[in-house]
Amino acid sequence: MEGHLPDVLVRARGLTKRFGSFEAVRGIDLDVHRAEFFGFLGPNGAGKSSTMRMVGCVSPPTDGELSILGMDPRRNGPEIRARLGVVPQDDTLDVELTCRENLVLYARYFGIPRRVARSRADELLEFVQLAERAGDKVEPLSGGMKRRLTIARSLVNEPELLLLDEPTTGLDPQARHLVWDKLFRLKTQGVTLVLTTHYMDEAEQLCDRLVVMDKGLIAAEGSPRDLIGRYSTREVVELRFDTPDHGDVAPKLDGVVERMEVLPDRILLYADHGEAALAQVHERGLNPLSALVRRSTLEDVFLRLTGRTLVD
Amino acid sequence: MTLAPAARAFEAYVYGYRRTWRGSVLSTFVMPLVYLGAMGFGIGALVHTQSAARSLGGMTYLEFLAPGMLAASAMQVVIGEVTWPVIAQVKWVKTYQAMVATPLRGDDVVLANLAWVGVRAGMTALATYVAMAAFGVVHTPWSALSIPVGILTGLAVGTPVYAFAITRQNESSFSLVFRFGTVPLFLFSGTFFPVSQLPGVVRPLAYASPLWHGVDLCRALVAGHPALRMSLLHVAYLGAWAAVGFVLSVRGFRKRMVV
Repeated sequence: MEGHLPDVLVRARGLTKRFGSFEAVRGIDLDVHRAEFFGFLGPNGAGKSSTMRMVGCVSPPTDGELSILGMDPRRNGPEIRARLGVVPQDDTLDVELTCRENLVLYARYFGIPRRVARSRADELLEFVQLAERAGDKVEPLSGGMKRRLTIARSLVNEPELLLLDEPTTGLDPQARHLVWDKLFRLKTQGVTLVLTTHYMDEAEQLCDRLVVMDKGLIAAEGSPRDLIGRYSTREVVELRFDTPDHGDVAPKLDGVVERMEVLPDRILLYADHGEAALAQVHERGLNPLSALVRRSTLEDVFLRLTGRTLVD
Repeated sequence: MTLAPAARAFEAYVYGYRRTWRGSVLSTFVMPLVYLGAMGFGIGALVHTQSAARSLGGMTYLEFLAPGMLAASAMQVVIGEVTWPVIAQVKWVKTYQAMVATPLRGDDVVLANLAWVGVRAGMTALATYVAMAAFGVVHTPWSALSIPVGILTGLAVGTPVYAFAITRQNESSFSLVFRFGTVPLFLFSGTFFPVSQLPGVVRPLAYASPLWHGVDLCRALVAGHPALRMSLLHVAYLGAWAAVGFVLSVRGFRKRMVV
């Protein structure tokens, strides 16, 4: 088993996690392949983090099969964790130590010799663009810097599988793009990445393949493009009317497209040709306050699958 | 179970101590001087009577008090180390969360943490011992054994308190631990006066307390006439508390961190 890396790094069948009577993960199947960027997309409480903790071998499954790197987490937890990198949802850095100290100490937990740990720490700080902060305490760093430091820390053991639990939650747009850039570079280096997110654009930008999770179950699975093709149309027209209730306008749009979604503040028309659909709206004498034709996103897929927008 | 992973986790505690060691070492070594000076000389001068000498087994009050202080202050420091810092590692700094994501197991982490707590107990015991030497209370090489006994006493109380702390959601119950645990133990376990002075009904409580066993053993060692059977009994009793506390600590840790 050692040395030989199977093609499926994470394999779950009927994977279940219960906390008392609450079923957080309700029997899911999944396979994560080598060198893949795999995502769990879903709102808070969907079971993403519970699944990640089981994959990270810090939470024993209640039921079902789980194999990580070809091993059983129930028996080989430490051996598996030795080859995983973990970026937890909350920062678990020691803010009173310096950036470099955080990496070196963490490397020691893996039994990496101190000298190797120090040189690796410097390389990784370079990689996440924190080299000039190496000797500074973590405390005053921005949220984005702390996240990058956590990513650097997760790489000290040169993991074969990197688990990222909501790596960009709470970051500003620039900080997010910087994190995405680093994750993308890891992927090009052949690292297998598993990420949870509740950001559609993040999943769309990064993931080769993803599952949409809702209420502990997998609602759909595929590449972002697959999912959009399967569950949405090529384009979406977003209409806003001068009305307190968009439900009143909806009947007047009957038949323009096969499917539309009425939200409190806007109406979405699913169309392969957005402009043509919009022209029909105007032909009916309707004058929306604003009309936007855009490409379908995973948000639309999510709306289709769960009937609600992805807000927490 | 190999000890290597726990030894690596232990490094983290040593490392963490580097940032506070100056203040900590200073207070560790100054406190026993202050305590022994004030209590030993101050109160000692007041209890210099014939009946006091009889109750104290012919010792001066300072000779009576100092070994007790060694055990009691080790215990006190340990309780401080296994209450707030434990919640900090669970919830505030989340050190434990970071540790369990690595190859470290729950028992490695708990062992490393409690070993560090033992080191802190040892530092305190050593500091008290140095103060005792400065006050001229140390007469026999046996007395140096009071330092490991201080560590054992610390762990006998510290491991059950750790097992309790790891189950807590917040720090609010720790002030109760101090008020109804540390302080009564500190006052009524024979540190400041012989347990024989207590009313008969509460004496069994004092004899059951691990601190009394630590205090009594330290006192016998410093006085230079430890009775072998009684000493072994003390060590076994303290060891049993520490061992049961350790098992409960590991169990509590797993229940908290590996869910």
